[in-house]
Amino acid sequence: MCPIKSLDELKALRDKLKTDIDVREAGEAEGNIKVIVGMATCGIAAGARETMLAMLEEINKLGIKNVTIVQSGCMGSCYAEPTVELRFPGQEPILYGNVNSEKGREIVTKHIKDGELVQNLIIGRPFETV
Amino acid sequence: MSKYRMHLLVCGGTGCKASDSDGIISNLEKHIKEHGLENEVQVVTTGCFGFCEKGPIVKVHPDNVFYIEVKPEDAEEIVKEHLVKGRVVNRLLYVEPTLQERVGQHKDMAFYKKQIRIALRNCGFISPEDINEYISVEGYQALGKVLTEMSPEEVIELVKKSGLRGRGGGGFPTGIKWEAARKTASEDKYIICNADEGDPGAFMDRSILEGDPHSVLEAMAIAGYATGAKEGFIYIRAEYPLAIHRLQIAITQAREFGLLGKDILGTGFDFDLDIRYGAGAFVCGEETALIHSIEGDRGEPTNKPPFPAQSGLWKKPTSVNNVETFANIPPIILKGAEWFSAIGTEKSKGTKVFALAGKVNNVGLVEVPMGITLREIIFDIGGGIKDDRKFKSVQTGGPSGGCLTEENLDTPIDYETLASIGSMMGSGGMIVMDEDDCMVNVAKFYLEFTVDESCGKCTPCRVGNKRLHEILTRITEGKGTMKDLEVLKELGEAIKDTALCGLGQTSPNPVLSTMKYFWDEYVEHVKDKKCRAGVCTSLLSYYIIAEKCIGCTACARVCPVKCIKGEVKKPHEIDQSKCIKCGACYTACKFKAIEKR
Amino acid sequence: MGNVNIVINDIKLNVPDTMTILEAAKEANIKIPTLCHLNLHDLKAVNKVASCRVCMVEVEGRRNLAPACATQIYEGMVIHTNTPRSVRGRRTSVELLLSDHPADCLVCEKNRQCDLQKIAADLGIRGELKYKGEMSTYEKDSSSHSIYRNLDKCILCRRCETMCNEVQTCGILSAMDRGFETVVSPAFGLPMVDTACTFCGQCVAVCPTAALTEINKVGEVWKAINDKEKYVVVQTAPAVRVALGEEFDMEPGTIVTGKMAAALRKLGFDKVFDTDFAADLTIMEEASEFAHRLQHNGTLPILTSCCPGWVKFFEHQFPDLLDIPSSCMSPHEMFGVIVKTYYAEKFNIKPEDIVVVSVMPCLAKKYEAARPELSHDELQNVDYVITTRELAAMIKEAGIDFEKLQDDDFDHPLGESTGASVIFGTTGGVIEAALRTAYEWLTGTTLENVDFVQLRGFEGIREATVKVNDMDVKIAVAHGLGNARKLLEAIRDGKAQYHAIEIMACPGGCIGGGGQPYHHGNVEILKKRVAAIYSEDKGKKIRKSHENPEIIKLYEEFLGKPYGEKAHHLLHTHYIARKKI
Repeated sequence: MCPIKSLDELKALRDKLKTDIDVREAGEAEGNIKVIVGMATCGIAAGARETMLAMLEEINKLGIKNVTIVQSGCMGSCYAEPTVELRFPGQEPILYGNVNSEKGREIVTKHIKDGELVQNLIIGRPFETV
Repeated sequence: MSKYRMHLLVCGGTGCKASDSDGIISNLEKHIKEHGLENEVQVVTTGCFGFCEKGPIVKVHPDNVFYIEVKPEDAEEIVKEHLVKGRVVNRLLYVEPTLQERVGQHKDMAFYKKQIRIALRNCGFISPEDINEYISVEGYQALGKVLTEMSPEEVIELVKKSGLRGRGGGGFPTGIKWEAARKTASEDKYIICNADEGDPGAFMDRSILEGDPHSVLEAMAIAGYATGAKEGFIYIRAEYPLAIHRLQIAITQAREFGLLGKDILGTGFDFDLDIRYGAGAFVCGEETALIHSIEGDRGEPTNKPPFPAQSGLWKKPTSVNNVETFANIPPIILKGAEWFSAIGTEKSKGTKVFALAGKVNNVGLVEVPMGITLREIIFDIGGGIKDDRKFKSVQTGGPSGGCLTEENLDTPIDYETLASIGSMMGSGGMIVMDEDDCMVNVAKFYLEFTVDESCGKCTPCRVGNKRLHEILTRITEGKGTMKDLEVLKELGEAIKDTALCGLGQTSPNPVLSTMKYFWDEYVEHVKDKKCRAGVCTSLLSYYIIAEKCIGCTACARVCPVKCIKGEVKKPHEIDQSKCIKCGACYTACKFKAIEKR
Repeated sequence: MGNVNIVINDIKLNVPDTMTILEAAKEANIKIPTLCHLNLHDLKAVNKVASCRVCMVEVEGRRNLAPACATQIYEGMVIHTNTPRSVRGRRTSVELLLSDHPADCLVCEKNRQCDLQKIAADLGIRGELKYKGEMSTYEKDSSSHSIYRNLDKCILCRRCETMCNEVQTCGILSAMDRGFETVVSPAFGLPMVDTACTFCGQCVAVCPTAALTEINKVGEVWKAINDKEKYVVVQTAPAVRVALGEEFDMEPGTIVTGKMAAALRKLGFDKVFDTDFAADLTIMEEASEFAHRLQHNGTLPILTSCCPGWVKFFEHQFPDLLDIPSSCMSPHEMFGVIVKTYYAEKFNIKPEDIVVVSVMPCLAKKYEAARPELSHDELQNVDYVITTRELAAMIKEAGIDFEKLQDDDFDHPLGESTGASVIFGTTGGVIEAALRTAYEWLTGTTLENVDFVQLRGFEGIREATVKVNDMDVKIAVAHGLGNARKLLEAIRDGKAQYHAIEIMACPGGCIGGGGQPYHHGNVEILKKRVAAIYSEDKGKKIRKSHENPEIIKLYEEFLGKPYGEKAHHLLHTHYIARKKI
């Protein structure tokens, strides 16, 4: 590491490094969009891990900051695994089903980025709100 | 978003390390690898979370799940269940005693609810061994700001306006200290970080250095800029190996990044620092003694004035500030004096870290706004008294402080109020006592500490405290007289008035405050030869209650002097003439058939 | 820097702001009792540790009491020295000290000389002690020939430490351990004999109690006097006669040479001689050695060697410079060897029956007398050394009314002396005496004005240049070992060039020796002793050593030439490199 030569350099370095640690702040933050990937045996078997990684990659690629990806156990929609639940602060959660990697990316670009629902994947509202 | 989708923060403070948090980390890494998650999940060793009672702590982000009392063998389950399947491991969650419910997130825990973490902001949040993590949380931005946008006078003015006062005990306004050092003309000046934390039970400075060493380095550089010093020393006790290790790493990294050394951030400002080790003498926390220790002399205080800001290390102007004080500086610079002074009371601004210990449910390190009440700390944050016993007293300020009672519980605490009720803020030790604690014995305990730690220089502290301790010993042995109580008070007051340094001047506080609030207990010891808490062994005897004794012989078997006699299945009896009052029988009896009277 | 206005006990003062409360109070004739405090102004020896907490006073606006000795005054300061609160603080400190101090005043070495005893009496502390408890007890250290340590009586005033470390830079005594166990001790608790202590005795000179005293030889001297088989001769050093009177409540600076001689005779010594005679002898040898070194390109500078504390100091601290001090023994050693050879032969006394007693202002002389090489034919040159104080004790014990004694003279030979020998007793004196002789020898002319005033005074290091023939002879004088160290380091580093240097271990020279009557911190007493020395010199008919008729006779009858073979054999010695710690 060569010495930081100015405050601007330091600020640039901070901005770059900040993304590394966002995950921790996301956990604390209240206003984040939460992406919950069903990660029970059924989900994993259906490729939930690949979906999650693909979504992650897409989020990183688009530089979206205010998203927290967490995993959950079985959401009871085993027939439609992998399932992904999106929670926008202050809004009703949306549950997508049969989300493969490609569809995961689509959810990121359309729903998360542009706020447009990916209608054909919605399998309903999650069970706890029923 | 980050490279890693999940971060596992594992406490690497001294307390959790002692409970094998290293083992947890290596097991977590092993299982993460086994499940092929090494590119998704990062394990970070952090500083102390403060909730030491329930350590080791593992925190999972972004889920923000707080696991307590984790053992190395729990690592597998955390990985398999939580990391792979997203299922929280319920059995490792904290049970909120008031609700009797498991709580997953720390923000829902009463322990954290009333805390405001400024000095401890990064402890348990970043890795203390990676300067990048510190930089990512605004690290060194405050230094950059003062170097590029502020004059030294403006920095001092800002710190003065913030109302920050010394967190090491005295509560002297930090800005004024810096100003005095600035105003003393000298080619060489020094900044010293006082990390000679010595109050029994206090460990906030250690935690800060272990959890966020860069915040102290940054603040020292800021202090150097403000006062005109180019060199600093961190005086730390050698029995803090982990803190020293992390400081060493931090200093090396800061130098590599050009944040210490010559021409910092291209501004032409030079500042570097070094570590000096103390051998653990309590008195070396007193700034003049500390300076002598650095100089290689006997760690003894000298008369003030001259104050170190006028003539300190090697007779040069020196500003000595405590670790916690320094840790407050960067946020004050970045967020402003108004932000800081909005927290706290009229004369005591900001927060204070307390080391909560004793008979309280949640032992640990807590950072609370000034002006909070003792009741809130002990009963809300601390979760009340252990085993539902009755609160009796709380000792604040370590050996220099005093014992407070129930009636003081609702006093908003700050420097002034604590002093006015016979105690002091000190470095933030807080020991909670219940009805099983004997106040005379507590006073004796603290005196024993000061007698032990007195440097021996001045008469009142060297001989006076010894005499106080002897009188207290007599009283706890049932040999005290009412005259002794008179002498105790008079001598205690004279010592306060005449001792050379802060150690001696405050050493009678535990005696004087307990005499003030627990006078009856003293009188009982003297007149009735009775210790109501059952602590002073000379004043009590063990008896077997015949009706309760089933003759199991457990007591007789553990008695080291074989003074318990009795046939099997018949009530036993203690031979009082032989009993040494060790209490072994009391502990061994499963039928509560033995009582202390 | 300037004056400030303060009020002490309602007295308004306008005094320099550099003053302490104690100093300012003095201006107003207000006495604040002190115990650990010591300020030998001109000697730059200041003990300001403020450890005893006796001089406590009340300062308005201050939370606690202030130690007057270490608290600087400031504008508007209002001080009360005698309020109940300050008296309570003061009394408590003294009562606490007494609670950890043996109450054996009646049989204590320092009875009536003890500062603690005095302050307890002044404060009216009587009857049963208020505080009682464990007492500190330590092993007594009588390992050395000079200094007796009884730390049960130590009150941790740390004056000895200041003298040993700051003034003398020997670093033998310092506080060890902590709390109630704190004790002033050599490193590792070593006995004094195993340390690099020079035995200068400045620690003893300033000890307020009997924690540090001399190794007392009064008993042995009485025994020798009373032994019919022994021929006991006594010699007295120059500085004794200007201080002994103080022990009998005489004005400091009173010259009691005659009374002293009379008293010694009354005590029963067989002969009463004068070390001053031997001082003249020393000058003969030292001036010869100096002239010899000057004329034969010998090692320069030459350093005086009559001070045993200084000798031991350079043996420990500058073992690489052992070739520069003069090889002359100190005067009382020369005296001893002359008595046991020349005098014994002349009066047909068996040397082994002779007991030489030296009365010295010095504790290091006690140690010196026991140095094995300072002997002749297996007899130590000097058998016993007692201090001025011990002599006073003997005189008192013998019931002699000292003040009323008629003046008496020394015995002869070995009793005649010159003004040059008298000034050995003060700093600068030895080199002045040597110059008086060396000058005449080197120039072959008579020195009309023998007073080299530029060599006199109390300044720690003094320099002078004396024209001898066409040569500028550079002289330096240092007193106090700290000053000696500075000078020696400058020489070692080649930063200073001198031809001759006089060094005395004790500040002020022998008049301030560790065996002198206690000055109790009053530096004026030392100055009066110096004045007395110079007035004794002035009053002498002969003021140059080489004109002493008994000395001339000694060389004619016995020694031959100064610095000659016999003289070398009997009167010169060598030095031993010793370890630094």
